[in-house]
Amino acid sequence: MNYKFDFVRYRKPFLLASLIIVLIGIGSLFVQGLNLGVDFVSGTRLDFTVKQNVDVEKAKSVLEKNGFKHPNARAAGDQKQVVVFRTDNILDKPKIDKLKGDLSKEFGVNVTVQEQKVDPIIGRELARNAIIGILIACAFIGIYVAFRFEYRFAMATVVTLLYDAFLIITFFSLFQIEVDLFFIAAILTIIGYSMNDTIVVFDRIRENEEKLQPKTWEQLSGMVNLSIQQTLVRSINTVLTVLFGALSLFLLGGEGIRNFSLALVVGLFAGAYSSIFIASQIWVIWKWRSVKAGKDEPKLSPTTE
Amino acid sequence: MKIKKGKIAIFITIVVAILVLAGTTALPVWNKITKGLDLQGGFEVLYEAPKDQKVDRAILLDVANALERRINVLGVSEPEISIEGNNRIRVQLAGVKDPAKARDLLGKQAELTFREPTGKTPVIKGADLKPGSAKLSFDEYNSPVVAIEFKDGKKFEDITKKYIGQPLPIYLDEKELSSPVIQNVISGGKATISGQKTPEEAKELASLLNAGALPIKLQEVQSFAVDASLGHQSMRDTLIAGGLSVLMIFIFVIGFYRLPGLVAVTTLIAYTYLNLVIFAFLKVTLTLPGIAAFILGIGMAVDANIIMSERVREELRVGRTLKSAMKAGSKRSFLTIFDANFTTMLAGAVLFAFGTAGVKGFSVALIVGILCSFVTAVGLSRWLMSLLINSNLVKNPVLFRVKEDEIGEL
Repeated sequence: MNYKFDFVRYRKPFLLASLIIVLIGIGSLFVQGLNLGVDFVSGTRLDFTVKQNVDVEKAKSVLEKNGFKHPNARAAGDQKQVVVFRTDNILDKPKIDKLKGDLSKEFGVNVTVQEQKVDPIIGRELARNAIIGILIACAFIGIYVAFRFEYRFAMATVVTLLYDAFLIITFFSLFQIEVDLFFIAAILTIIGYSMNDTIVVFDRIRENEEKLQPKTWEQLSGMVNLSIQQTLVRSINTVLTVLFGALSLFLLGGEGIRNFSLALVVGLFAGAYSSIFIASQIWVIWKWRSVKAGKDEPKLSPTTE
Repeated sequence: MKIKKGKIAIFITIVVAILVLAGTTALPVWNKITKGLDLQGGFEVLYEAPKDQKVDRAILLDVANALERRINVLGVSEPEISIEGNNRIRVQLAGVKDPAKARDLLGKQAELTFREPTGKTPVIKGADLKPGSAKLSFDEYNSPVVAIEFKDGKKFEDITKKYIGQPLPIYLDEKELSSPVIQNVISGGKATISGQKTPEEAKELASLLNAGALPIKLQEVQSFAVDASLGHQSMRDTLIAGGLSVLMIFIFVIGFYRLPGLVAVTTLIAYTYLNLVIFAFLKVTLTLPGIAAFILGIGMAVDANIIMSERVREELRVGRTLKSAMKAGSKRSFLTIFDANFTTMLAGAVLFAFGTAGVKGFSVALIVGILCSFVTAVGLSRWLMSLLINSNLVKNPVLFRVKEDEIGEL
């Protein structure tokens, strides 16, 4: 199988599209921010498991009777059996038991409850530590790639990783999907995949560069195209296999990790896309500049008789 | 070429051994793994020591030990207590049945004091008790009491001498348990605390006293309770999803890669099994983020197989023989796989150093996963493939999904 698509030729539109996505992300973050889960906002989250296709309005009226005006409640779970209720107040145990009892009475079933009470400082600290961790990890990866490959590959890899992490944040901000602690795990997973992808493509570029020794732009861009084509089947197949995992987790994996698996699905495509359309393109543009700059330098050569 | 039966025999032995081992022992191994409270229900609480007291690592360790002894009262197996930062302690009790009681028992300061008759100034403290001496006993009316013994019998004797005929109130924190009147001078340091309603209550008090008082005040800053049924459901959901995805991956890999696909599936089973064994052996607690890392590991393991198979197919297409294609393909793909795995591992190590709680759990599982993936998808996979090819049983490139007309001239 040979895909003769000229990836390098269309580098500008693809880089532009990526830039637009980043701008949309920044805009969305400024306008509506992130829908932070209870881990980052002070308050209590209660998950009441009631029964299939639970009537949320009925649950809401129970909550209203308990003094919560316009309760923030929604149905969740694969069979819509869970009522997720969030409040900015910290609820104590007797109050939670009262709500549980009232709901059990209202629906005539034994309601179970899962509670989360959070001081936002803890969640924010965890996020901050994770971000510091990601940045330091990027620095280490950059150093390793610079050492094993060369600095242009290193910079392109790091830029791509940060882009992928930001793309998921954009997606979650744009569609106002709740950000919880698993979201951080998802970003970490995606960075792992994206890096894996980028390294595989770069490894092939490096190998072909040694073999083909490109001198002109045509040779250089042809070499990069060839490398992408050679690794494309592998990229598609790997994305497909992981996608099987991520999709079945998304469809069957339960409420707790639904957002996580969604982030994983989005990130998988982003990771495969970015290693081809961002990482490789940054490298080829930069490399060509260096080649040109090298040619323009005045050289003193011995005259040959 | 002669078919080498020895190599085929080794190949079959390895494959059968893996399948039998995984098939018969995977379930007991799985049951041995500690599941986090998000998978089996439980209770987690994060305590912070308010800043107005002296807190250092040694004190926090003392607190952690005292908390652990208290948890033993609850009968929860393998509680996880970790010190975070310089003034926090996280307690995770997976599988605890009664979160309310757990919280109550953990949060108690549990400082026992005997006070002078007005009930204000303590004269002797719980810290003066002989370690482990508090136990359930019954008085002459068959009411439950807690029998205690002081380290320094003389000190207690002096106190009873000083306050003879007066009450000596006994307090647990600021709650008066009982206020017995001293009838006689008590020598030998032995005494009993009455005022317990049930033997269970007296037993619990005795355990609390033996566990010792918490050396500092703690404040609950975060708590998290997962209903056992919800925990079990998310574990079941995740397992079903995981099983289905593994099945799809198997079908896809075999369908696309044929023979190397079949080998890849064997190594994936080995990967999963090895991962479980290491989790059980290192007593890693499996949580949802850990399962995420496990899936990432499956992806990397499949990827390592795919990278090698693609490489071998390329070499076959340029006209190499199976043996030399296998040799060149595995040699050329090794560094790629190594670099990809190593960088991910680097990221895992950094996250382990900087992450807390969930992020740490993720990074541990990630590091374990990558190591397992490297051993199985690179080591085992190559070994099995080379056994097959060197046995001369496998000759047809179609088994690698390379058609005759795709093969060019070398």
